Amino acid sequence: MDYFIELFFGGLTRGSIYALIALGYTMVYGIIGLINFAHGEIYMIGAFTAFIVATVLSIYGFPALAIIIIAGLAAAVWSSSYGYTVEKVAYRPLRKAPRLAPLISAIGMSIFLQNYVLLAQTSDFLPFPALIPEFAFMEPVAHIVGSSDLVILVTTAVVMIGLTFLIKFTKIGKAMRATAQDKTMAVLVGINVDRVISATFIIGSALAAIGGLLIASHIGQINFYIGFIAGIKAFTAAVLGGIGSIPGAVLGSLVLGLTESFATGYVSSDYEDVFAFSLLVLILIFKPSGLLGKAETKKV
Amino acid sequence: MFPVKELKRSALISLWFAFLTFPIMVIKVNPIERTVDWRWDNMYFVAIGSFVISILSKVYLIRKERRSGRKKISRALTEPFMQRILREPRFLYPLSLAILVFAIAFPYFFSTYQTNIMTTALMYVVLGLGLNIVVGVAGLLDLGYVAFYAVGAYSYALLNMHFNMGFWTVLPIGGLFAAFLGVLLGFPVLRLRGDYLAIVTLGFGEIIRLILENWNDFSQGPSGIANISRPSFFGMEMSFDGGITYIYYLVVALVVFTIFVVNRLQNSRLGRAWLALREDEIACQAMGIDKTKTKLIAFSLGAFWAGLVGVIFAAKTTFVNPASFTFLESAIILSIVVLGGMGSIVGVIFGALILILMPEYLRALSEYRMLAFGGILVVMMVFKPDGIISNVRRSYRFKKHISHQTSDQS
Repeated sequence: MDYFIELFFGGLTRGSIYALIALGYTMVYGIIGLINFAHGEIYMIGAFTAFIVATVLSIYGFPALAIIIIAGLAAAVWSSSYGYTVEKVAYRPLRKAPRLAPLISAIGMSIFLQNYVLLAQTSDFLPFPALIPEFAFMEPVAHIVGSSDLVILVTTAVVMIGLTFLIKFTKIGKAMRATAQDKTMAVLVGINVDRVISATFIIGSALAAIGGLLIASHIGQINFYIGFIAGIKAFTAAVLGGIGSIPGAVLGSLVLGLTESFATGYVSSDYEDVFAFSLLVLILIFKPSGLLGKAETKKV
Repeated sequence: MFPVKELKRSALISLWFAFLTFPIMVIKVNPIERTVDWRWDNMYFVAIGSFVISILSKVYLIRKERRSGRKKISRALTEPFMQRILREPRFLYPLSLAILVFAIAFPYFFSTYQTNIMTTALMYVVLGLGLNIVVGVAGLLDLGYVAFYAVGAYSYALLNMHFNMGFWTVLPIGGLFAAFLGVLLGFPVLRLRGDYLAIVTLGFGEIIRLILENWNDFSQGPSGIANISRPSFFGMEMSFDGGITYIYYLVVALVVFTIFVVNRLQNSRLGRAWLALREDEIACQAMGIDKTKTKLIAFSLGAFWAGLVGVIFAAKTTFVNPASFTFLESAIILSIVVLGGMGSIVGVIFGALILILMPEYLRALSEYRMLAFGGILVVMMVFKPDGIISNVRRSYRFKKHISHQTSDQS
């Protein structure tokens, strides 16, 4: 039973990280209908920035709490800047282009950013400093649920609540929902669509950066290639839940995380990804628009 | 002259990029020895580089705007130069003949190394043309095309290893295996809309690769299968150089065959059904086209070409392992199709030659190769989103004199 609970929490942790990345995909898709392949790279850059800042600060002897806060902020700031710039450089000129052009541009951007980090930093795996301390009160259950699992779950929950609040009750959230529903109509009622799209990229990138920081300090090492796999998994999760839907992205991520965790624990870690993708194919066969996606009826 | 406002804007852009690349370009930490290396000179490079690039792109945009303002009217009437050549048989036939002669003479004038690279590029031409059927013509976005390529390569590798079957026997078998798999994948995913289809095919491609990587008893896992026999010519074994030239001719023949078939297909009933499907599924069904059958044929035909090329790939390298069939490969093939111009055969050929030959000749810049590749994809898409040679619809035009006659009569 302990083993089951351990796997369950492992799956939840994994799912929360996927959710933080998947939200970026799903928000961008909901608004401009683009699979942002560079999003995984944004997450990787967030993790790298956090790594660099945290290591520099720890060398100069800052206290642990200050390191976490500054590294987290730096990761969020720089990731958002990258997200904003990528959108401006690679996607904005292609708003009216054929549907596949932005996709290729995104793939190019992803390859570019990966190699940029590879060349500017290194191709080796780097040890990420353990930013999350071991809590004393977690001692009795530490063999099942680690402190970092707890921190990840709590942070993700807080971020999700904050995001829901932002989308439901603020002005920019309203503008985002309006743009997602109908871009032309949004322009007509006076919404600056370009600014809304930029805001979406910034928020999505900041979430990915938080995910990057958490997972890197959970696993303890990073590399320029981590963004690719995480990106594909998170995108899978977003599609699983119904792309364009925010609760769907969270649900899809949790389902994916749990499936992978149990598959690894009870079957074999070699086939972890096979299970993830098979689950995706199965769900899409029976529910072609994802778990929470709306079935789209097309009028003629 | 260049306005001051633009200079100011470029200066701001360069400041922004200096800020953006600050942590990754400037700071390099060594976590084990706990040292920090501040590389400030990188920051100057980034700032100056982005300043120059932003000015250049602005100049380009201004000039483009002026040009399009002047030529707007004449543009609409005359087709682009390339299109005119392609339509006119007078130019087209001698041109294709010249290219064919050049392709045949190629191994005599260039080294074995060059021939080998050219073979690879031509293999990608066939892959691009195969994917073009699925993505360009039928409009089904397939991100896992490399799976079929892998199936072809592994069917030759495995059949050769276990049953000692020859290249020529396996060539059709590999193609058919891949086509069969295409149908198998096609059935469940046909109900899915565009981007769901994309992610399912991506997942499918990854599943195939992961199975090849982890099922050691079947595929020998990540270490791959080595010592696959090269193709023979009516039982004759060939020297190493001769073998490379032979495979080159084989691929040239395959390219010619593929172009012929794809060209005939595009103008056939089936090809027009695909186009209709791409444009509007509902209208297409209303015209009485069997949606399922048409989509399945597109999938399996595309897969068939990938299977053929896969067999040739295994025979060429005499070694296969799962690392050759990653998502990046699918992305490159898709880029060939989109970059060249979707649905256009000549465009795909150009796209493949550029995208495959460019990294080979950029080898001088070895480590910056993939960086440049990614950058060029973005730049190409931003400045030419329709691809190098966009496919022009066949259209009928009313002749002027007919309308004159009718107006005279009335």
